[in-house]
Amino acid sequence: MTDLNSQVAVTPPSSRRPDDAPIETTNRVRASDIIGPAVVFVLFIAFWYALSTRLLPEQKRFLLPTPHKVLKEGFFTWEAGEQRGLFPILKSMWSSIQVAVIGLIITIIIGTALATAMATRRWVERATWPYLVALQSAPILAMTPLIRALIDGVQTQRILVVVLIAFFPIVNNTLFGLLSVEKSQHELFTLHGASKWTRLTKLQFPAAMPNIFVGLRISAGLSVIGAVVGDFYFRQGGVVGIGAQIDIYRGRLWGSELIAAILLASAFGLVVFIVFGFLSKLAIGKWHTTTRGQ
Amino acid sequence: MAGALSFNNVGMTFPDGTRALGGATFDVNPGEFITVVGPSGCGKSTLLRIASNLETATEGICNVDRDSIGYVFQDATLLPWRTVAKNIELLAELHGVDKAERDERVRNVIDLVGLSGFEDKYPKQLSGGMKMRASLARSLVMKPRVFLFDEPFGALDEITRERLNDELLRLFQLEGFAGLFITHSISEAVYMSTKVLVMSSRPGRIVASFDVPFEYPRAHSLRYEPKFAELCGEVSTALRGALV
Ligand SMILES: Nc1ncnc2c1ncn2[C@@H]1O[C@H](COP(=O)(O)OP(=O)(O)O)[C@@H](O)[C@H]1O
Ligand SMILES: [Mg+2]
Repeated sequence: MTDLNSQVAVTPPSSRRPDDAPIETTNRVRASDIIGPAVVFVLFIAFWYALSTRLLPEQKRFLLPTPHKVLKEGFFTWEAGEQRGLFPILKSMWSSIQVAVIGLIITIIIGTALATAMATRRWVERATWPYLVALQSAPILAMTPLIRALIDGVQTQRILVVVLIAFFPIVNNTLFGLLSVEKSQHELFTLHGASKWTRLTKLQFPAAMPNIFVGLRISAGLSVIGAVVGDFYFRQGGVVGIGAQIDIYRGRLWGSELIAAILLASAFGLVVFIVFGFLSKLAIGKWHTTTRGQ
Repeated sequence: MAGALSFNNVGMTFPDGTRALGGATFDVNPGEFITVVGPSGCGKSTLLRIASNLETATEGICNVDRDSIGYVFQDATLLPWRTVAKNIELLAELHGVDKAERDERVRNVIDLVGLSGFEDKYPKQLSGGMKMRASLARSLVMKPRVFLFDEPFGALDEITRERLNDELLRLFQLEGFAGLFITHSISEAVYMSTKVLVMSSRPGRIVASFDVPFEYPRAHSLRYEPKFAELCGEVSTALRGALV
């Protein structure tokens, strides 16, 4: 995946261009943008075939069915009793998507609020930063027994795991963005008597948008991971997320469904990544220039 | 009579002990355009920062009506997420001018600085000269009576710089503000001003003052006249003296 923000190429300033001439911007998709991913895709499928028909020892090949078998049994069989086929995969997928989205929304709200408090009051930053760093490096999955013991309800437990895993990047990037406004821009606001609130809404937040979107994208990806992985640990009654479903297929040795479920979970992650890339471009693409080495 | 902006023995020693300014005394009256030249680090920016209250002088008194100051920084400090028109509107917004009035003022100054057609462009789409025009326009919207310029054209190529000199002079005649301009370029100083002040190296003090006798409006050809070159030479000599 290439950087979704980098498709607007800006002509580098040239020493011969007079300072009074407007700068031209171009917007084009290069052939390499398509050929590259296509080549990798073909190589991936070829490697998969090689693995499942030759490279793996014969007694293990049932674990990795060939691509066309996965397509036929995992994707193009709708429902075939005993939870086989695509339907149960999509059902559990939907459950995980809900958990990821709710968790992400909670993360964004709390994370942004905390970052704002940290940016405007030094003592909040000092008081909370060490614990955020600790949270970021804590093995959340090791805490699952504790979470299970303290909190009732599978759904709440799963959402909490998502929030814990996705929290740090939002706070970190938003805070960094809010605090890295140029000094001269702050002085402009000082000169004209701007209040703290005006400064925050008209200067710091707009300036932080590129960073906020970086944080959003990372946190969104982590929320998918948090939801899928959380499923392994929290399942009860009718609530089965895609992670739990994958574990069930593994136990029953249903290779095609197993692979199909993994591919769909990855596709979900990819969709989230692309959606946030798109949102980012929509929100800041017009004015923000991504810099990139030659 | 005190001017629109007056410095009375203004000195500045920073908390770390750096003595940046060593007692500056001069007035800038409406209709005057005073330029300060001096070696870098001699306290020129500090002078403007004191005038605008971004910094408080440790000695002396600086008198100015703080509500009618325009300040143009060396970099245009445009907000990259706002279009040109929105950037120009900013200060009026901060001062609570109502929307209809803001739109009217923005339209006027956009014409004045020659940015018509660029209203909806973003700063990244503008050249250095255009950015500086937008920065000027942003301050003009507030109709400042005292206008401070901190090396505004220092980063531009010479042709663009000379063109902007002419445009700024036109604005000066039109608006009649009191101008205090900082530059590294002696010819820019002489071309623009009613008076050129030379500052010594740190701690900066005014060591020489030259009245510039040429009538406004000044034509580009003035730059090639012998009396212009002669005055530039005198300023240059004073500046060399100030360096030791
Ligand atoms: N906040 C500060 N604290 C300490 N020293 C400063 C500060 N601001 C400026 N200075 C020093 O004061 C001197 C004058 O600075 P300045 O007014 O920016 O010079 P210039 O004439 O180049 O504009 C410089 O030596 C600079 O390093
Ligand atoms: Mg300076």
